[in-house]
Amino acid sequence: MSTKSRMSKALVRRETIAGYAFMLPSLIFFLGFVIYPMIQCIITSFFDSTMNREDIFVGFGNYIELFQDKVFLGALRNTIIIVLVSVPVVCIFSLWVSSVIQNLRGPLCSVFRCVFYLPVVTGSVAVTVVWKWMFNNYYGIFNYVGKATGLIEQNINWLGDEKYALGCIILILLTTSVGQPIVLYVSALDNVDQSLVEAAEVDGATRLQCFWKIKWPQIKPTTLYILVITTINSFQCFALIQLLTSGGPNHSTDTIMYYIYHTAFKLYRYGYGNAMGVVLALAIAILSGIQFKLAKSE
Amino acid sequence: MKSKTMGAKAYRIFSLIVITIIAIGFAFPLYWIITGSFKTSMAINAPSPQWWPQEWVSTNYEKLFSRQTAPLWELAIPFTKKVFAGPVVPAAVRWLINTVFMAVVSMFLTCFTAAMAGYALAKKRFIGRSVVFTLIVCAMALPKQVILIPLLREMSALKLYNTIWAVIFPIVGWPFGIFLIKQFAEGIPTEMMEAAKIDGANEWKTFVSVAYPMIKPGVGALAIFTFINSWNDYFMQLIMLSSTSNLTISLGIAKLQAENATDFGLIMAGAALAAVPIIIVFLAFQKYFTKGITMGAVKG
Repeated sequence: MSTKSRMSKALVRRETIAGYAFMLPSLIFFLGFVIYPMIQCIITSFFDSTMNREDIFVGFGNYIELFQDKVFLGALRNTIIIVLVSVPVVCIFSLWVSSVIQNLRGPLCSVFRCVFYLPVVTGSVAVTVVWKWMFNNYYGIFNYVGKATGLIEQNINWLGDEKYALGCIILILLTTSVGQPIVLYVSALDNVDQSLVEAAEVDGATRLQCFWKIKWPQIKPTTLYILVITTINSFQCFALIQLLTSGGPNHSTDTIMYYIYHTAFKLYRYGYGNAMGVVLALAIAILSGIQFKLAKSE
Repeated sequence: MKSKTMGAKAYRIFSLIVITIIAIGFAFPLYWIITGSFKTSMAINAPSPQWWPQEWVSTNYEKLFSRQTAPLWELAIPFTKKVFAGPVVPAAVRWLINTVFMAVVSMFLTCFTAAMAGYALAKKRFIGRSVVFTLIVCAMALPKQVILIPLLREMSALKLYNTIWAVIFPIVGWPFGIFLIKQFAEGIPTEMMEAAKIDGANEWKTFVSVAYPMIKPGVGALAIFTFINSWNDYFMQLIMLSSTSNLTISLGIAKLQAENATDFGLIMAGAALAAVPIIIVFLAFQKYFTKGITMGAVKG
């Protein structure tokens, strides 16, 4: 750029020194506790590595084993189910809620926003233990309400039954994931140019047309951001599973994230766990890339 | 007023009713934690739930505070084996203190480092700037749990395993803060910085007196964001902390749950102890928090 050529060499040097001086404290933590472990993660994924023993180089051995490991493939399937269900539901639900609460008068809008954000703030552990109680076989309110209303005939062991466990986890995950998208959508909808909407209404556009032709293009960048963060969050679903089911019954609620933890801290197979981490990171990178491409091409 | 069609109005009212019902569902777990923590064990184990506790008791909290004990603080002198321990208190109190310490230190360190780095990225034209920025954006897109195994080994090598610092440092390293502050700092007019320079201010002075006041709302948002997220960041805590006196409140409840799976009153008392302080903080600083979320998304 022309600004660069106008800047003298001395100035560039001074800016560079100052720039890195300001960056230094941050870079120490960033390089030391994010980038360095990332590089280590990739390197160790090619080794058979465990506690108190020298690492043994195994090439792509861990990766090959990974795709023959039934438990891993099951975990991969569960992760994909969680992402495929939760991402669209979160996006559509939060857009719907935001569009309804956005033009409420007074503090009502922010009351709703707060309530939908509550499960996020409450913290994953506190949220999980109370849901575990509500889902409980004998003392939980789900069974009580279900029986009282006649929806179920006898107590269901929600978290101990392969048929229901994953569904229960997705339900809790949904309550902890819509808070942020709602905040984002409300602010995006607030920023939509109101004069355009009014002009369209004067011209006789229906509400649906108004939405698709005027509002949707303006909130698309927000939608993309929400898609990406919800995908990442769903992939990372961990505390819920560790505290509710520990991957059971019979590995039916394992996710990749939980299986990494299990491999590393129960089986002490660090290299194998790292290989899973690399695969997970690649999957997220590819999905985010696809979402960006789709959004751009439209 | 424009006249809306009957259909649109009916849709709005119907939606509002449905959303209100769902919102009650969202608030219910919290209600259940708090009321549950004051119920008698009879009420909790009764075949039909008490929607409102008939009898309020504090036995669950008494049990929570009498289970285990730990010293109030432990100050280790670096490079020696000397440890100064405080008076013995219930373990739950120590867990709260650990959590507050962790959240406050993470908050200050993150704000301090990110304010300077975000400012430099937005306003300094230094060599390698775009490389650093690309690295930051890429790192942000990756799930941070991927690095947990190498991080654990690194912390063991640094002799930080099972100390609160092993949780704090990765939080500070996470580059979201830099990204957030950069968004704010881009709004600083370059003329103002040049004017300060002409007046003879050095780099540091320009930052403190010109740039910092302008990015202050961003720093506020980042502070509350980091505080709440580190308070609730269960995963890193689970891996890095092990001994009873070093646990955080989240880990403490998880441990309670693992040890007494069906004493729901006790577990709810622990959950209330973890959740209520952070909810109060959230409600008090809600405005900054919302700003932090929306600013981080601009130009995502």
